[in-house]
Amino acid sequence: MGKSTMTTGTLRRPPPRPAAPGGAGSGARPRYRRNRPGIAYLFLSPWVVGALLLTVGPMLASLYLSFTDYDLFTSPQWVGLENYQRLFADDARFLASAKVTAMYVLISVPLKLAAALAVAMLLNRKRRGQGFYRSAFYAPSLLGTGVAIALVWRAMFTDAGVVDSVTGTFGWDTGGWINEPDYALYVLIILAVWQFGAPMVIFLAGLKQIPTELYDAAAVDGSGTWRTFRSVTLPMLSPIILFNLVLETIHAFQAFTPAFIVSGGRGGPSNSTLFYTLYLYERGFSQFRMGYASAMAWILLLVIAIITALFFGTSRRWVFYSGEDR
Amino acid sequence: MSTLSDGLPTRTPATRRPGAAGARLRTVGWHALIIAVLALLLYPVAWLLATSIKPTDEILSSLSLLPSRLAPENYTAALDGIAGIGVWQFFANSVIVAVGAVIGNLGSCALAAYAFARLRFRLRGPLFAFTLLTIMLPYHVVLIPQYTIFQKLDLVGTFVPLILPKLLATDAFFVFLMVQFIRGLPRELDDAAEIDGCGPVLTFRYVILPLLKPALVTTAIFTFIWTWNDFFSQLVYLNDPETYTLPLALRLFIDQTSESAFGPMFAMSVLSIVPVLLFFLAFQRYLVEGIATSGLKG
Repeated sequence: MGKSTMTTGTLRRPPPRPAAPGGAGSGARPRYRRNRPGIAYLFLSPWVVGALLLTVGPMLASLYLSFTDYDLFTSPQWVGLENYQRLFADDARFLASAKVTAMYVLISVPLKLAAALAVAMLLNRKRRGQGFYRSAFYAPSLLGTGVAIALVWRAMFTDAGVVDSVTGTFGWDTGGWINEPDYALYVLIILAVWQFGAPMVIFLAGLKQIPTELYDAAAVDGSGTWRTFRSVTLPMLSPIILFNLVLETIHAFQAFTPAFIVSGGRGGPSNSTLFYTLYLYERGFSQFRMGYASAMAWILLLVIAIITALFFGTSRRWVFYSGEDR
Repeated sequence: MSTLSDGLPTRTPATRRPGAAGARLRTVGWHALIIAVLALLLYPVAWLLATSIKPTDEILSSLSLLPSRLAPENYTAALDGIAGIGVWQFFANSVIVAVGAVIGNLGSCALAAYAFARLRFRLRGPLFAFTLLTIMLPYHVVLIPQYTIFQKLDLVGTFVPLILPKLLATDAFFVFLMVQFIRGLPRELDDAAEIDGCGPVLTFRYVILPLLKPALVTTAIFTFIWTWNDFFSQLVYLNDPETYTLPLALRLFIDQTSESAFGPMFAMSVLSIVPVLLFFLAFQRYLVEGIATSGLKG
C-alpha cells in the first residue's frame, strides 16, 4: 500500500478498538458466518433491488425501447431498426453532435491529462506548502461541474467579455468566442482542462509510489531529466495513466452541464457545442421521442464500451505492471 | 500571496553549504512558478466573487477584480429569488436533495460493501464485477426507463427520483471505495468478534462500521458536493419552480432575465457555491486523499 509513510494519510487505519461483546451467542461454538449466504443477501438487499430495478431492468428496457416509437404517453410501437437507420442516414444534427463530442473528447482529455501530469511532476517535491498547493489545484475540479462556473465561462467568453477585451488589445477581436462556431467548442474544452486537478491528485499519489532507488539508479547511469522521465517515470506511472485515461474519457463523453449552460440549451452557434447528451436530452425530454433517445443512449454505451475495451486491450503493450503490486 | 514564498525552510548558517544559495533560489523559483499558475487558474473564481459585488454595468469587460463601488443590491436582488420564489426555497430544496443522497449512499453502500468485502456467497465475484462495470455505465442508458417508472408512479416532479436510487446503492463508485477500504482492515478483528460470538450483523455494527469512518466521511463529502452540483438529473426530474434546486434556479435566471441582471445572477451563483467552498475548506484533506486512494488501489 505504501501510503503509510506519508504524513497526510487520512485514510490510514485507526487503532484497533476492542469489539463489543456479542452477548447472546458467547460461549457457544463459533458459527461460520461466512458460509451463511442468507445474511449476505440481507446486507446486499438494497443493492440487489437497485441493481435489478434501476440498472439491469432499465438497461434491457431501453434496449427494447430503442427499437420502438415511444412518446411516454402511448404504448411503444415496434419499429425495428428504424431509429438507428434514421440516426445514421438522415439526421444531420445527430451526426453533428457525434462529431462535436468526438472533437471534445479527443482534444480535452489529452490536454487535461497532460496538464495534470505536468503539474503533478512540478508539485512532486518534498517542500513546504505542497499539501496546500495540491488542494488549491484540486479546487476547480469540485467547482467546475456546477452551473455557477459555467455561467462564469459564458460571461468571460462573450462579446466584449474579459477574454475578448484581452485578445482585443493584441488586435484580435473575436466578437466573443461563444458566438463563433469555430471557437465556441474551445470555450468548453478550456473549461474541461481547467479541472485537471482530479487526475493530477491521482498522478501525484502515483508518483510518490515510484521507488526512489529507480531514480538513483538512473542518475548513476547518467540519465538526463528527459530520459529519466521517459524511461522511469512514464513506465512506472502507466497503470495510473490508463486509469485516468479511461475515467476521463468516459466522463468527457457524458459532459452536459457546461454545453447546456454556455449555449443556453441549444448547442449553438450552428451546432458547434451540440454535445451528444444535449441532443439526447432534446430528443427525449423536449420532444418526447423516447425510443429515438434510447437508441442514442445505446449507441453511446457501445462507443464507450468499445473505447474502454480498446484501452484495456492495448494496455498490455504500453502499461507496465511491476510484479507484486497486482 | 507573496508571503507564501517567505516561509521557506531555512537552514541554520552552520549547515549551509556553498550550494545552499542556489537551492534556495530554486525553491523560491518553484514557489513563484506554482503561485503564478495558481493565480491564473483561480482567476475565474476570483472573478466570480468580485463580479457578484460589482454594479452590473461594469461587469462584462472589466478585467479588474476591484469594483468602482460596492453593489450589495446584487445580493438583495438575488435573495429575492426569481419567479416569486425566494432563494432560500431553492437553497432548502438543494439541501434536501443533497442530504437525502448522502444518507442514502452512506447506508446502502456500506451494507453492500461489507457483504462484498467480507461475506462469502456464491455470486460474489460476478456481482462485484457487475458493480465495477456499472461505474462505466452512462447514466443515459437507464435514464429513460427510470423516468418512465417514476412517471407511472406519479413521482416525477418530486425529490424521490433523485434520492431513492442512492438508498439502493446505485452509486457503484462508493461501494467500490468502501470495499477497498474494508479489505484493508485486519481480518483478525472480524475473527476476534466471531470468537466473542458476534454474527455478521454485530461484527458490521461494532467492528467494521466504526473503522469505516474515514471512508464514510469521504463518501458523504463527495456525495454532497456532486449532488449539489448535479444539474442533469435535476433538470430531468424537477419541473415545478417551487421544487427547483439552485442549479435549476440559476438556469431560470438566464432564461428569464436579460444581461442587465448579471449582477444578481452572479450573486446567486456565489451563494450556490458557498457550501461547496466551505466543504472544500473544511475537508480538503479527505477529498484529496479519497480521490488518490480510490484511484490507486484500483
